[in-house]
Amino acid sequence: MTDTAVQPAASGKPGFFTTQTLQKAVAFVVLIALIAFFSAFASNFATGANMVGIMQATAVNGVLGVAVTFVIISGGIDLSVGTMMTLTAVMAGIVLTNLGMPLPIGILGAIASGAFMGAISGAVIAKLKIPPFIATLGMMQIARGLALVFSGAKPIYFNSTPNYGLLSPESTISKLIPGVEIPNGVMIMFIVAIIASIVLTRTIVGRMIFALGSNEEAARLSGINVDRWKILTYAICGGICGIAGLIVSSRLNSAQPALGLGYELDAIAAAVIGGTSLAGGRGTVIGTIIGAFIMSVLTNGLRVMGVLEEWKIVVTGVIIIVAVFIDIVLRRKA
Amino acid sequence: MKKTILTSALALGLAIGAPAFAQETYFPIIAKGFSHQFWQAVKAGAEEAAARNGVTITFEGPNTEAEIDKQTDILNAAIAKNPQGLGFAALDSQAQVPALQKAADAGIPIVAFDSGVESDLPLTTCTTDNMAAAAAAADGLAKAIGEEGKIAAVIHDQTSATGIGRRDGFLNRIKEAYPNIEVVDVQYANDALKAADNVKAMLQANPDIKGIFASNEGAAIGLAVAIKETGAKIVGVGFDSGKSQKDAINDGTLIGSITQNPVGIGQCVVDSLAKAIKGEELPKVIDTGFYWYDKTNMADEKIAAVLYD
Repeated sequence: MTDTAVQPAASGKPGFFTTQTLQKAVAFVVLIALIAFFSAFASNFATGANMVGIMQATAVNGVLGVAVTFVIISGGIDLSVGTMMTLTAVMAGIVLTNLGMPLPIGILGAIASGAFMGAISGAVIAKLKIPPFIATLGMMQIARGLALVFSGAKPIYFNSTPNYGLLSPESTISKLIPGVEIPNGVMIMFIVAIIASIVLTRTIVGRMIFALGSNEEAARLSGINVDRWKILTYAICGGICGIAGLIVSSRLNSAQPALGLGYELDAIAAAVIGGTSLAGGRGTVIGTIIGAFIMSVLTNGLRVMGVLEEWKIVVTGVIIIVAVFIDIVLRRKA
Repeated sequence: MKKTILTSALALGLAIGAPAFAQETYFPIIAKGFSHQFWQAVKAGAEEAAARNGVTITFEGPNTEAEIDKQTDILNAAIAKNPQGLGFAALDSQAQVPALQKAADAGIPIVAFDSGVESDLPLTTCTTDNMAAAAAAADGLAKAIGEEGKIAAVIHDQTSATGIGRRDGFLNRIKEAYPNIEVVDVQYANDALKAADNVKAMLQANPDIKGIFASNEGAAIGLAVAIKETGAKIVGVGFDSGKSQKDAINDGTLIGSITQNPVGIGQCVVDSLAKAIKGEELPKVIDTGFYWYDKTNMADEKIAAVLYD
């Protein structure tokens, strides 16, 4: 277990010529095809500004998707990621605006509160043996309620923290490389994805998460402290939700306590489109990011084409089902 | 000792159960939500009027404005408490008539607010004329772009009475009064983040848009975020208030907005119920009014009083 270069034996680990690489490739091909389609048929779609707009619209869902990917690979599910994001945004608001603390403490507050609440979900699941679907359904309501209670059901503004915009709308990279106007929120998504990918594929934490999802009983019998790793998995998920909370509240310059319901389903959809199996033990962060991009390219492209909102929702649903169908077909062949 | 505990427990039980007995006057007020700033302002108005009239109220609402079934449950629970009056803002103007009929049969006076109920059960309805208010937004937007060019709208909801009323009030006014203005796009977004991405896509599809109308607080925050992020030189007009929107109007990102009178709506509901149980006659509809506000009149006493942060 010390040699990180060796591919571990757990099934479904990323590698070449596996169904997983294929699925990732399929998702990537779908993304490219969608971009090509909209570039051809939607005038004004293929511009630099719109590409940046699409990336910015992906940032929150992408980060939440990465968060839930950890949990799904471990064989669980987390329905609380959307409202957890809102709660952590409110916590950042309390630390920065109400208590007047400096920005790094606010960032820490959001991430730590997310990790703490996530650990509670994990403990409820591991120790009380409550199914993840139910436990996180409860946590979804708890987080939503607490966000309203802590904020007094009012938005908290970040006007007293002028550099709060650094976390999402501002673009630091454009100052280093002129012309590359990628907002910081998007860069944070990519950084989170890279770190998450390394953690999942190259560390013991990742190996344990895959082991839990592949066969929890086997993991338990081989002496792994299943409960501890499970709690850690949900804590990581909650912590990443905290990062999403920072991005969304920075972009809106306010923590909106009523926002967040329904975001969990978009995050799960991004993971599933990207080839993460809801049965656990299989999935990649890069797939989830591609999945999140597919969803926002679709939304943006249909909107630029002037397709009715109602139909846009229908098409997104169809894409989710098609993606999972491809996943099943590929797995059957393997 | 034991006796004291028992008596105090009994007293406490009576105190909690009090609204259920006919002793104290109790009005449950059921809104379409509670976490939105707008509903908090309605609640503040209702509480002020309750204190003034010496009555007890409760203020409840479902989590989101799509949860018609949850709101019906809240309504049924409220009726079961046998209150002296009932304030109700229907999420669906027809679906909840049967439940209201039960209240009417029990002789409970009903006052509707915010959006109406398609029946004559409510004694009166305290409401903003959404069509007229959105038409005023259309006038403000039209004037600012010189009464010609392309415009668009981002609406907070496709199905609720306020969403439909504001959309149609805006579109009808433009169609009737401004022949040289063309509405090129109408999109829907139920929160600020989605509204921001929506508006950016609209601007992408139609770079020559001169103005956009946003139909509630969330949509207006999103509109302001999108204008800031794209640097688009367009005229933005909002609806309702909230600190983000007020700041956007002050720094010129939005040119103006329409405010309803949420505090006045809350006061109207409780005052009307208090009048109803005294047997006073009420008009069928009480228009609680709306105002166009912008940088120039935001600080006016009359306007500032109805804006919320």
